[in-house]
Amino acid sequence: MRYLSWIYLVACFIFILLPVGVLVVFSFQDGRLPVPPFNGPTLKWYAEITSDRDLMAALFNSLLVAAISSLVALLLGFLAASGLARVVLPGSTLMRALLIAPMTVSYLIIALGLLNYFNNIGIRPSLLATGIGHVVINLPLCFAILYAAMGEHQRNALRAARDLGAKEWQVLALVSAPMLAPALGAAFFLAFTFSWDEFIIAFLLTRFDVTLPVEIWSMLRSGLSPATNAVGSLVFLVSVAVVVLLELTLFRKVGK
Amino acid sequence: MRIEAHEKKVGVTLVAPALLWTLAFFLIPFAAMVWLSFSHMEGRDIVPGPDFGNYIKIFTDDSLFRGIVVSLEITLTVTVISVLLAWPLAWIIAMRVPKRWQRLALMLAVLPFWTSYVVRSYAWALVLGQKGVVMDFLTGIGLLAEPIQIMATRSATVIGFVHFFVMLLTLTIYANLVQLSPNYMRAAQDLGASAWQTIRLVVIPLTLPGVITGAFLTFVLCIGDYITPQILGGNNELTMPQLIMLQLGRRGDFPMASALSVVLMAIVTLAYAGCARWLRMDRV
Repeated sequence: MRYLSWIYLVACFIFILLPVGVLVVFSFQDGRLPVPPFNGPTLKWYAEITSDRDLMAALFNSLLVAAISSLVALLLGFLAASGLARVVLPGSTLMRALLIAPMTVSYLIIALGLLNYFNNIGIRPSLLATGIGHVVINLPLCFAILYAAMGEHQRNALRAARDLGAKEWQVLALVSAPMLAPALGAAFFLAFTFSWDEFIIAFLLTRFDVTLPVEIWSMLRSGLSPATNAVGSLVFLVSVAVVVLLELTLFRKVGK
Repeated sequence: MRIEAHEKKVGVTLVAPALLWTLAFFLIPFAAMVWLSFSHMEGRDIVPGPDFGNYIKIFTDDSLFRGIVVSLEITLTVTVISVLLAWPLAWIIAMRVPKRWQRLALMLAVLPFWTSYVVRSYAWALVLGQKGVVMDFLTGIGLLAEPIQIMATRSATVIGFVHFFVMLLTLTIYANLVQLSPNYMRAAQDLGASAWQTIRLVVIPLTLPGVITGAFLTFVLCIGDYITPQILGGNNELTMPQLIMLQLGRRGDFPMASALSVVLMAIVTLAYAGCARWLRMDRV
């Protein structure tokens, strides 16, 4: 039973890590195809992709869309959560349900709805359109995380601040936000990741300027290539570095 | 009273931007899409409805109806296999791996989450191809005389999906397992249950809510995904998301794409109704 457990564990880890391992290893392939046999390491594919203008532009677009859309989603979610955690409004439950609703709909359907809608009101496929879509998918997430983080003890602190004469915006910016810093950080990080990695909305709602997943998608059309491996590995290594960094700083504090 | 009125005013002001955003960019587009699904295309023009033409066509046209069947078959297969693989993995990490290594084991188990979704599917195409490492290995050790075709078949789609959802389910089931008090298991053992009986009669039923929540998530994400079947599945059979994209691409048939989306949503809603009483979304 004990040995069986370890064998199973190792087998699962092989299954889980295999594609990523192969991806990274063959990004160093000295040859035109990222398949065995492995012809010894080279960095030429990394050199190729970092000098690829379209790819770097897409990378920059992705960062831009992810940063701005996550900030907007975070701000809207924070305000809404503050409002709903503070007073019971008529229809509070309905409002909460409406704010959470986009989470239950698949991205493809959200993208399709927006594509049709934007066609009709004259917003062209662009990074802006994609950013709007990304706020739609990330707002429920930010709202849910922040709403759950606002407890009774927080409400008392806010009331105290108001009683002591703080203005509304001061309460939000100087008391509420710092108290919620870990939750705000976590929500922003999650939203950023989802936006950064999101494909289908960006695919349908961009045309000339595209985001990184869409650019990678168009690279796939030309078949297997170590260059695609190199892009994938780069994205992976950067993400892992960020996660490790966060694990060592932000989430360590949250855990305690 | 005046204070309360003021409080309400502030509350509304705070909620308003998020509500307006959701209304303008989610609810209205969504409603418009549902409305559009009741019109149909004639040539290149949309004939406003309401008519049920698209829906009738979905359930009578072979290639469209086949999409629903294919999607359901793949999604159910993936959900069942993923749960069966992930549960023992989560259990081993939670119960067998020493406490101080658990976090590391868990991080390793979800490491590929941090690659981009598109890249992950591409990586499987690399691994499973005729010349990929799997075939290279299997023919190398003599288990196969020559490579067999996995890429561009349903198997490849299922493997790609299972890979992703095993990670997801391991997380949710692990979270469930570590919350269990060890007293339950101790009590079962004191009362004479064998190790296997303890797992079967005590631990598994106690993790059921977590398993069903995870399985539901798997179902929803899997049936709505376009990327994995498109990259790995080949062209022999199409899932619903692929059909939706096909309608958009080839003919710009928005009404039909919308109708297919509504059917997709209806299936998800039915699945939700089916397991609603076990779902505890807040406990994930």
